[in-house]
Amino acid sequence: MAVAGRKAMGQVGFGLSLGLLMAPTIFFFYWMISLSLKTDVDNLAYPPVLLPRVLTLANYVYVFANSHLLRFAVNSLIVAVASTGLALVLGIPAGYGIARSRRYGTALLILVARITPALSYLIPWFILFQQLGLANTYLALILTHLIIGLPLVIWVMLGFFEGVPRELEDAALIDGCSRFGSFLRVAVPLTRPGIVVSGILAFIFSWNNFIFAVVLAGPRLQTLPVAVFSMMSFEQTNWGPLAAAALLITAPVLLLTLTFQRDIVAGLAAGGMKG
Amino acid sequence: MGLSLERHTYSLMIVPAAVTVLLIIVFPLIYTLWMAVHEYSMGANAPPRFLGLANYVEAFRNQRFLEAIPRTLYFTVLGVLGPTIIGTAAALAFAREFPGRGLLRTVFSLPMMATPVSIALIWQMMFHPQLGVLNYFLSLIHVSPQLWVYSPRSVIATLSIVETWQWTPFVMLIVLGGLAVLPTEPYEAALIDGASRLQTIRYVTIPLVWPYIMTAILLRSIDALKAFDIIYVMTQGGPGTASETLNIFLYLQAFAFYNVGLSSAIVVIFFLILVAMSIGLLVTRQKTSWQ
Repeated sequence: MAVAGRKAMGQVGFGLSLGLLMAPTIFFFYWMISLSLKTDVDNLAYPPVLLPRVLTLANYVYVFANSHLLRFAVNSLIVAVASTGLALVLGIPAGYGIARSRRYGTALLILVARITPALSYLIPWFILFQQLGLANTYLALILTHLIIGLPLVIWVMLGFFEGVPRELEDAALIDGCSRFGSFLRVAVPLTRPGIVVSGILAFIFSWNNFIFAVVLAGPRLQTLPVAVFSMMSFEQTNWGPLAAAALLITAPVLLLTLTFQRDIVAGLAAGGMKG
Repeated sequence: MGLSLERHTYSLMIVPAAVTVLLIIVFPLIYTLWMAVHEYSMGANAPPRFLGLANYVEAFRNQRFLEAIPRTLYFTVLGVLGPTIIGTAAALAFAREFPGRGLLRTVFSLPMMATPVSIALIWQMMFHPQLGVLNYFLSLIHVSPQLWVYSPRSVIATLSIVETWQWTPFVMLIVLGGLAVLPTEPYEAALIDGASRLQTIRYVTIPLVWPYIMTAILLRSIDALKAFDIIYVMTQGGPGTASETLNIFLYLQAFAFYNVGLSSAIVVIFFLILVAMSIGLLVTRQKTSWQ
């Protein structure tokens, strides 16, 4: 009886601490959604309206009517898709080559990329792009975003390829497959989860990236984070539309994370990476 | 010919990525080294003039730079301590089996995936001194309203709250990875010795996952030193220069004042600090089986 009581107490205590840990995250996203759905009057009321009685989509309508959000979304999409695609095309064979030839010196370079502050690329890139006439082009943005995506893909894929048993590939080689053939037909299909994870992560970190585009993109090429940042100074305390824009730009990322939760968590833990 | 190509397949597969890395990562770093010893102003037609170490000397005479260093360290200490303590606690919680664990863990990880500009925007609204929900919460427990990012005294601490909120899941994931591969024998021994749950955590679990916590601390330190998005979006270094960390200072020098030589020199110093920390990371990592 006493033991059961202590166990129940322990469970209540655990539930409470879990609640405490989750509260800031859950409240933050609740508040983001509620700001975006409340009326102006409710958003600027004090004390703040925690449980709104009236919900409206007016903030979303306002955002689409008063900004070029869709154009910026296209910019973000072009840059993220192209840089992720390039990162995968270059990074998957490289990860495999490093894993099989054990040239871990190359992996060290990736660590350098992981620690280097973005500004150390940005200053020289900014000057070079101007001299090459590439300033303010998609190409410039795609190349800089490759700085985030390529090391990430190599790093994650390296781990996955090391997990592919050599015996499987030896069988393919004996059957007359070339080394590249066994890479394509044996190793790549076996590491598909790794490709999905690294692709999603590269996409998300490109989509989220702010610093490269804020320097390199002119008004027409702005990506979503830069566009929303410039909205901030115009809209001041027009909180509803700002929150709606903030939610819209991060929604794809949140949905991707929730959909691929298990794989993404595994990939992040394996790589210790972020953008 | 075909045979020798075949023999070098693995190396050849690395070449395209290696060339790209050289081009987009290594070359800019070298170019930065070169610019750091030259006088160079963007847009000017004059050829760059060799200055030797003058840019470095100027850096250490620059008051704003010297003030940015302790400020960055202060932010980094807070931005490492917060996520490490809360993230380790969260990892211990998520290592247990309970209903809904997978979903809750994913929700808990959302802050590190969400777009930083969006995060900064919403926190900015929550920190609003008059209308913000946080001061309202404080008033419920009879704490006087705070100025948060609007006061030079509290701006760094406030930014580190956001940094902690954002990166706690990162530490949680790394430590959780460590907890998943712990051996079971020490726990059986602790059980036989009649250790309480807290004692077991303190004397068995924490020492066993310590290498993972160290890894998290080092990665977190590197990232906190480099923090940019949240700070820039919320304060742009202000009020005044109260939140001008190294990275913000660098950004302003390079892209607001076009002070390329000076900012390149500071980038080099900054880079060396980060390299030193990463060597620490590599050394710790070698002592663990974690990859």
